Amino acid sequence: MAIELSPEQTADVRKHATTEPAVVRIALIIMVTVFLILFLLFPLIIIFTQAFSKGWQVYLAAISDPDALSAIKLTLIVAAIAVPLNAVFGIAAAWCITKFRFKGKSIFITLIDLPFAVSPVIAGLVFVLLFGGQGVFGEWLFENDIKIIFAVPGIILATMFITFPFVARELIPIMQAQGSSEEEASMLLGASGWKTFIHVTLPNIKWGLLYGIILCNARAIGEFGAVSVVSGHIRGLTNTMPLHIEILYNEYQFTASFAVASLMSVAAIFTLVLKNFFEWKMDKGMGEKA
Amino acid sequence: MTLAKPARPSRSLPGFGLTLGFSLFYLSLLVLLPLSMVFLKTAGLSWEEFLGVVTDKRVVASYKLSFGTAFLAAVINLVFGILIAWVFTRYRFPFRRLLDGLIDLPFALPTAVAGIALTTLYAEQGWIGQWIPFKIVYTPIGITMALVFVGLPFVVRMVQPILQGLERELEEASYMMGATRLQTFQHIIFPEIVPAALTGFALTFARALGEYGSVVFIAGNMPMKTEITPLIIMTKLEQYDYAGATAIAVVMLVISFILLLCINGLQWWASRKTEEN
Repeated sequence: MAIELSPEQTADVRKHATTEPAVVRIALIIMVTVFLILFLLFPLIIIFTQAFSKGWQVYLAAISDPDALSAIKLTLIVAAIAVPLNAVFGIAAAWCITKFRFKGKSIFITLIDLPFAVSPVIAGLVFVLLFGGQGVFGEWLFENDIKIIFAVPGIILATMFITFPFVARELIPIMQAQGSSEEEASMLLGASGWKTFIHVTLPNIKWGLLYGIILCNARAIGEFGAVSVVSGHIRGLTNTMPLHIEILYNEYQFTASFAVASLMSVAAIFTLVLKNFFEWKMDKGMGEKA
Repeated sequence: MTLAKPARPSRSLPGFGLTLGFSLFYLSLLVLLPLSMVFLKTAGLSWEEFLGVVTDKRVVASYKLSFGTAFLAAVINLVFGILIAWVFTRYRFPFRRLLDGLIDLPFALPTAVAGIALTTLYAEQGWIGQWIPFKIVYTPIGITMALVFVGLPFVVRMVQPILQGLERELEEASYMMGATRLQTFQHIIFPEIVPAALTGFALTFARALGEYGSVVFIAGNMPMKTEITPLIIMTKLEQYDYAGATAIAVVMLVISFILLLCINGLQWWASRKTEEN
């Protein structure tokens, strides 16, 4: 470009070329802020005001109720099994997809996304068709006295299905961008494959991995539709926290329902804080490498 | 979610057989085998029986409702998503970081919790509902509101990185050539964000079509009026009508597969666009 600009002209271009008049700016900011307050902030606030609307004692009674406690316990057990398994899958899938070339790779990547596109209700349905009373393995399971549907194993399977893509989806682009040269160097220096993974790959992907894990965990503890299909809603036995919230709400025990919901909201806020922290760590890590 | 510059795949690294074998096995056992059951089960129905179930009046009404509300929610999220991404990347204002962090709330908050919170908020006696002259809860408007909440982060998070990566020089050049700000947006900025925005739109739409948890509380679930398709599947399951539930699931799954292919195509377009720059 051979256009010479005076300093005043440059300043003028800087000022007007990449932003809008103040009126437009303020109007847009107000629109966005109002939209976000109505859709995000108010729902979050109303959960806590409803939960505490009858005071601390009612709140504490609601969350220490035996059915609530067993729902909390079940939710934690389900997440403790589903999340690590999907994390291991995510690492394995990301390793073979980003470090090697093979036929059908793009189909493989698409198939990993599949659970994101499937309705949670259908995710529950497929396990009923497999393991339910009329299901393919129904008779065999009945004869051997194994319960999967309307029992804890079904809830775990449905949750695993729903949260299946999270870690893999997060790791694939990160490992793709990092390439394999560091791993190759480590192998050349005589480290074993496993040592290379632990000492070279894992430190590079750790924040991305944790990011995927907390999103996976958030969905695992909050899943409703899929779990609702396979759970059978047996109080104290197969009710997770979201199902317990639904039952209380439908019984018009609104305060108790919102009390349990407030616990899940605290977990959600905690998830958001961690997520932002991991994002910041990832950006920093990339900045250092560049 | 786009794939960054491809790394050179290596043959000297170990673990290909193990990781591919394990991940294929896990994928087949947990996702492919269970999903194939839906098609197997439906194959047990005759074509007439299948058509009878999936074109039943009440079921067709639910398709219209699910499609209509999911589409409307995706459009609202497309417009506001671009707007939010723009305001967050271009302007500085109080509480910007807080609001930016809050955007992902729908991904972190359980859908059932969102459902009861929105229902309480927009009920006729609710904090917001009392100021609105028409009914929101137990109408398609309420369903749309829940779906807007659930899909809110998709478009924002797709468009934001594109806007951040945009070079200001282009806009300066456009200004120098005498373009108005609106023209610059229309011809310089907008084409850059179209693939990402459409990917976000398709993701929102796919998510909204299948959404259950946040909708059941606010919908009221009246047959022919506010009954979404996933709820019909649920109702049929509760009545042990597995064949009926599965037939409708097949229709939804086929639509999901088509949407997934569209999303893939859009993502490919978006990543090519990024590479061009």
